[in-house]
Amino acid sequence: MSKKSFRQAINEALRQEMQRDPRVILMGEDIAGGQGGSAGVVDAWGGVLGVTKGLYTEFGAERVFDTPISEASYIGAAVGAAATGLRPVAELMFVDFVGCCLDQIMNQAAKFRYMFGGKARTPLVIRAMYGAGFNAAAQHSQALYPLFTHIPGLKVVVPSSPYEAKGLLIEAIRDDDPVIFLENKVMYDDEEEVPDEPYSIPFGEANLTREGDDVTIVAFGRMVNFANEAADRLEKDGISCTVIDPRTTSPLDSATILECVEDTGRLVIVDESSPRCNMATDVAALVAEQAFDALKAPIRQVVPPHTPVPFATVLEKLYLPDAARIESAVRSVMAYKKAKQDA
Amino acid sequence: MQIAHDILLRSYRSMRTIRDFEERLHVEFATGEIPGFVHLYCGEEASAVGVCAHLSDTDTIASTHRGHGHCIAKGVGVEGMMAEIYGRKTGVCHGKGGSMHIADLSLGMLGANGIVGGGPPLICGAALSHKVLKDGGVAVAFYGDGASNEGTTLESLNLAMVWQLPAVFVCEDNGYGEATGASYACAGTQKARAAGFGMPYFDCDGTDFFAVHEAAGQAIAHARAGHGPVMLHVHLARWYGHFEGDAMTYRANGEVARERAERDCLQKFRTHVTETSLLDLSALDDIDTSVKDEIEAAVKAAKNAPLPEPADLQADVYVSY
Amino acid sequence: MTDLITPITMPKFGLAMTEGKITSWNIPSGAQVEAGQEIADIETTKITNGYESPASGTLRRQIATEGETLPVGALLGVLAEPAVSDADIDAFIAKFQADFSSDSAADTQADHAEPIMVSVGDLTLRVQEAGQGDATPVLFIHGFGGDLGNWMLNQNALSTDRRTVSFDLPGHGGSSKNVGDGTPAGFAATTAALLDKLEITSVHVVGHSLGGAIALELAKTCPQKVASLSLIAPAGLGQGINMDFIDGFISADRRKTLELVLNYLVHDKTLISRKMVEDIIRFKRLDGALQGLQTIAKACFPNGRQAEDLRPVLTSFAGPAQIIWGEADEIISPNDARNLPDTIPVTLLPQTGHMPQLEKAADVNAALIKLAK
Repeated sequence: MSKKSFRQAINEALRQEMQRDPRVILMGEDIAGGQGGSAGVVDAWGGVLGVTKGLYTEFGAERVFDTPISEASYIGAAVGAAATGLRPVAELMFVDFVGCCLDQIMNQAAKFRYMFGGKARTPLVIRAMYGAGFNAAAQHSQALYPLFTHIPGLKVVVPSSPYEAKGLLIEAIRDDDPVIFLENKVMYDDEEEVPDEPYSIPFGEANLTREGDDVTIVAFGRMVNFANEAADRLEKDGISCTVIDPRTTSPLDSATILECVEDTGRLVIVDESSPRCNMATDVAALVAEQAFDALKAPIRQVVPPHTPVPFATVLEKLYLPDAARIESAVRSVMAYKKAKQDA
Repeated sequence: MQIAHDILLRSYRSMRTIRDFEERLHVEFATGEIPGFVHLYCGEEASAVGVCAHLSDTDTIASTHRGHGHCIAKGVGVEGMMAEIYGRKTGVCHGKGGSMHIADLSLGMLGANGIVGGGPPLICGAALSHKVLKDGGVAVAFYGDGASNEGTTLESLNLAMVWQLPAVFVCEDNGYGEATGASYACAGTQKARAAGFGMPYFDCDGTDFFAVHEAAGQAIAHARAGHGPVMLHVHLARWYGHFEGDAMTYRANGEVARERAERDCLQKFRTHVTETSLLDLSALDDIDTSVKDEIEAAVKAAKNAPLPEPADLQADVYVSY
Repeated sequence: MTDLITPITMPKFGLAMTEGKITSWNIPSGAQVEAGQEIADIETTKITNGYESPASGTLRRQIATEGETLPVGALLGVLAEPAVSDADIDAFIAKFQADFSSDSAADTQADHAEPIMVSVGDLTLRVQEAGQGDATPVLFIHGFGGDLGNWMLNQNALSTDRRTVSFDLPGHGGSSKNVGDGTPAGFAATTAALLDKLEITSVHVVGHSLGGAIALELAKTCPQKVASLSLIAPAGLGQGINMDFIDGFISADRRKTLELVLNYLVHDKTLISRKMVEDIIRFKRLDGALQGLQTIAKACFPNGRQAEDLRPVLTSFAGPAQIIWGEADEIISPNDARNLPDTIPVTLLPQTGHMPQLEKAADVNAALIKLAK
């Protein structure tokens, strides 16, 4: 056990799984970096934000493949390799680049098993960075997990901390289905205690980071930290919240969400993805349909506006949900009184 | 290249099976009993069979939406294929894939593919598996002249060269991407495209089994020996429309009839083996009879096979969920 | 005057950099530099980059020393023309440093003795040592599914005049997950080897639950090492065992189900904290942890009964011994303490479950101290 950053936790998960299983290979743009450059350096970057640093040096060119900037070909290659005996972990750098290779993910990897009558296994992990807060603007900041969640055949992981990231990535690599593993780039330097040993966290099992009686907050990825912050502040005012980190959007732990809403009767959902057809609307529909009677107040969503992610700091701050907005949403559902009671 | 007797017989049988399978589908589709899209491979048989004659189950192929021929050439059974096309539970994909998604990974058949240009990237991955697992296998992407314009194909040519993969890119050039001629849609030449990536290029008459067999043999040997990927450009013609029901109003009068009369790969095969005394025609006639029976039996079995059940709807989306 | 002074600060390379290490100064203090000249090498988690001078001037001061890691924006050095006085530069630096507050600067943690990793044969054991003094040391052995944290209310109390040692058994906590055959005898052999490694020749042994059986095995094979035996709700004295607990502990993989299982451990159910449940879930997620527990359960509790009868070891043990048990134990019945020789005192604690060392720490500590005197 030692303090590790989100970046180190992911690096360690990759290293330990590569040590455990020779079929695990890595590919991606500049995941080593420097090949063919005039300096003759072959592990220059370790990915654009340094997550895979050192793995090329440790495992060599037989296991770690730098790719051309050519998402369609190498994501497709990862799919083909997964279907034929390897367990590739492909890095798509920024998830926004999925526009260049969605076919390989949506029409190929996701559908093999079903359309081939259950005979295919595609044990593939696609890692990608997501999230606003980096002034990376509209094409490098999206939170596209709803897009993948929409596609049957994919599993989608949105880890909320270094501990979660390591255990969920190891689970993803051991999983026999295609998994989209999304890393919020703002969190790479977040640190916490992470076991040195390999461990895995099962998919479809939500984590309750806070337990309370008044309001259930469902939050995804980085938003879990904001939700915790809001819950801790509200606790001081006597409002106790349950915070649910679903960990995976597909599969989604509906049972835990419904149970908690049954207990608290109030629901706030925090999602940094664009507000139409996102996880917030998905969870809201789930609860409206299956826990309607438990609700004491309307469901509130804390989400960005329906705009691309802006560049300027002042606008980006306005765009992203934060602890203050979550706090005010919770207060508003607590203050809600039904206008008229049925006789 | 001298071709062994049994390989000649097997290859003829494969080509005849593809021909009869497709001709029969053409008839059955018209009855309205076959759901969905069907794209026929008739006329192109020598390409799939000439290439696959050099492959074993440890080699991988990826096919196209026009995939029946590649499936049969790679060894997928016609009974399971026919049942699949009829949407039956006994189909190779349990009725959940249909004509465009027939696959059998145990035979190294990575699937027909409903997406034009879907196969080449997958084949880079399969070739990577062969390379990393050191199993001596090669991976072959069949794709059409239409798919040759997809970015996925061009990116795959580059990636395969960068990674020096044991991959073979077989461009089956039948002159049409759906209803648009290759002379309109393909700038430059396939040969120049290969050269642009520094990739060795072979081409051959795709209606001549012996020509395909010869060129494919060289191309595959190059890839299998670890010398990197190659392109094999196969010139051929399709005898039916892009899909069944396509009246082919974009093709000149007499074009298909001339192809059938002058470039029938089965007829050319028979002529060649007779002239060179390689095979006895009676042996080929026996194969014709046997294949006819096999297709008849497959259609009969498919029509009588059970339909998928409601529980199948939600089965096999994931290995576990 | 300050506009003649240019601060050189930790640059931000790329998007993610928050701090950097100055690996070397390429320019000595006092040397003239040109704008764009590489004056230092800065290393981040990703890359090492040459840092180009933002301006021309004389490098008057190197504030950062080589090897130092500093946050982005921190003062590395000062450029100024020779005309600027040293006093002005000192004032500039003082003001800069006062204005520049860094969150990463405050990293003053109290020095706590952390557990250490000790190699014993092929195994690595997590060991918590405390105390020093001449009195005979104390060794704590936890039970099935536990770890050295089970002794958090006890170890310090025993450490005022002696060395004390708690550790994670193989398959538990932070120790190697290889549990061998999973028998108390096997664990006793590992325990003996650990004592040798720590150069402890004689020790008061405190064993809880399965750790009690291990203590008895240790007394059987290495009596010379065991100064006394304090057995808390020990296994080995009877046949009964709550298999709902054992099986449930192994199978429960969610907080809710595990919490119900852990409730068996204590009389006061409010003692089962969120953190305790979470820690056990985290332990169980480690590779090999579950298999280890299964092996132990199979070896120690085949057919739902305790496999080993260690009563004869206890009754024939030459040194002092005692038994401590909660009257409300739901895992192993305190009735197992009946019919022992009068020389072995039995402390029965009312309204106490299977973990008296947590529920009645003061009583347990008093009894342990008494025997270790």
